[in-house]
Amino acid sequence: MSSGVGLQQDLTVSTPAQPERATRPARRTSGGRRPWTLIVGLVVVLGFCCLAIGAALLAPYPPDQQNMSNVLRGPSLAHPFGTDEFGRDSLSRILYGARLTLLASSIAVLLAAIVGCAVGLCAGYLGGPLDAITGRFIDVLFAIPVILLGIAIVAVLGPGELSIVVAIALASLPNFARVSRGAIIPEKEREYVLAAHVVGAGTPYIILRTLLPNLIGPLMVLVSLGFAYAVLYEASLSFLGLGARPPTPEWGVMLSTARDFLFQSPWYAFFPGASIFLLVFSLNLIGDGLSELIDPRRRHR
Amino acid sequence: MTRYLALRLASVIPTLLGVSVLVFGVTYLIPGDPALIIGGTDAPPDAIANIRHQWGLDQPIYVRYAIWLGHVLQGNLGESYFSRQTVLQLVANALPTTAELAALALLVAVAIAIPTALVSAVKPGSWFDLSTAALGFIGLSIPGFWLGIMLIYLFGVQLQVLPAGGFTPVSKGLVANIASMVLPAIALGTFTSTQLMRYLRASLLDVLHADHVRTARAKGLTERAIMIRHALRNALIPFVTVLGVQLGYLLGGTVITESVFALPGMGRLVLSAILNRDYQVATGIILLIATAFVLLNLLVDLLYPILDPRVRLGGAHRP
Repeated sequence: MSSGVGLQQDLTVSTPAQPERATRPARRTSGGRRPWTLIVGLVVVLGFCCLAIGAALLAPYPPDQQNMSNVLRGPSLAHPFGTDEFGRDSLSRILYGARLTLLASSIAVLLAAIVGCAVGLCAGYLGGPLDAITGRFIDVLFAIPVILLGIAIVAVLGPGELSIVVAIALASLPNFARVSRGAIIPEKEREYVLAAHVVGAGTPYIILRTLLPNLIGPLMVLVSLGFAYAVLYEASLSFLGLGARPPTPEWGVMLSTARDFLFQSPWYAFFPGASIFLLVFSLNLIGDGLSELIDPRRRHR
Repeated sequence: MTRYLALRLASVIPTLLGVSVLVFGVTYLIPGDPALIIGGTDAPPDAIANIRHQWGLDQPIYVRYAIWLGHVLQGNLGESYFSRQTVLQLVANALPTTAELAALALLVAVAIAIPTALVSAVKPGSWFDLSTAALGFIGLSIPGFWLGIMLIYLFGVQLQVLPAGGFTPVSKGLVANIASMVLPAIALGTFTSTQLMRYLRASLLDVLHADHVRTARAKGLTERAIMIRHALRNALIPFVTVLGVQLGYLLGGTVITESVFALPGMGRLVLSAILNRDYQVATGIILLIATAFVLLNLLVDLLYPILDPRVRLGGAHRP
């Protein structure tokens, strides 16, 4: 979950400027095939978004409606995902929980992507002392395991969703910085950049209009994989009691409460976790599908 | 070779200093007055002032950092505001649990990753390869704490073959100790195993198309000998680097796993320290874990020239 070795290696390999690796021949290219992982992933993630947006219409019960005569039940027709320790409908709570998770993790990833790329692109393009300092800073952030970094940041800002967003953004930022820096360094030596320079383009123009478009593909992969990690972190930090608080319908919080009722109702713990899994799985599918689209040679990683 | 070692050793120092500044800064920024936490909110003002002075809380921040760093370098990480135990004592009690958990999780991960990657790489595209790839993808996406809870339910509650949580020290018997660690190690190691498996499979496939493997085939070596002696050995070189980074993940992941399984390790210690605003314990542990991670990566880099003679000859080249 931490460090994102997987992310980096995906990206460096698929960066267009990398020399062709004289490796295995393409066994199966995605030439005529549909990128089914991408499609399936997109459909499920969009489905989650629709469910989250339409939670108020789709949820069979209000998320906080208690019914003490019907607690900790398994799935039934009236309550497809069962009920919790206050007789609240788990399905409704999961639908509302999707809002918080999707919102928090997408904001965190976008923040990390924008700031991380800005830092990485500037450091990589300009080089010199700025690059050295940024590199050192990234090394330091990488040295602290993500969950611990998250815990420390949450401790500074106090528990709550906002802190979790900042924590995830800060923890994911070095990945974006490192990848965009690594991608821009070989790219900035190429002829088209020189050409832009010769015709008198300024540094911001070269970075944003000439170089950035070349990195969009790898960055999209990184965003979708980073999104998957963000969902995991968001749920993990909430599970540890550092994010949303118990009455709030949130997947990690639900799981953390459900753990105490494992003997009475395992379903209570099953569904929130399954939702996290399905969302993360689909986001990973998107990342995988995208990286395959960018570099069809890498059918399997 | 000497140059490689010296460069690598020197590069660790600024990183560690940066970690120390970051860790100290974070705890400095934590809201809430530690003096009030130690003394209690209804302590008289002069008692609070006393505590402030006694703990050095009335000094400017850079002085506090310098004092703190000086203490750290002497092995003094401070003491808990509450239990009055030193951080090192607390860590000494918690470390064995965490180390055992991380080691067993790594063992689980490697034990799954190496054989599956080997068999997958022999026949890419076979049903085994495709199904392990799919399983790997699932393992990559499973939240560790959910996996842990489901394992507790299955093996602890339903089948009742393994304890549902809690820690049995080795002093109560090795079997009971291992039994209490099996589920946590699986819950923590699954994610790492998928990362390692995917990585090792990819590097095996790369190596299998290298010239020396073709030569080995032409010599008429058996596939088995080629896989183990020629492919795996080379593929393990980059694998070791990934192992180092994954250890960092494992160290961070122990926080969640220990919380799920109620294990008395460093993760639980740091979590409760942060929630209780026991700053010195929290800073001490985060610093220790980050230092351990940096040093583990250093160790991995130092192992590199031993595994890969090209690094030894190439001087400063770092893959």
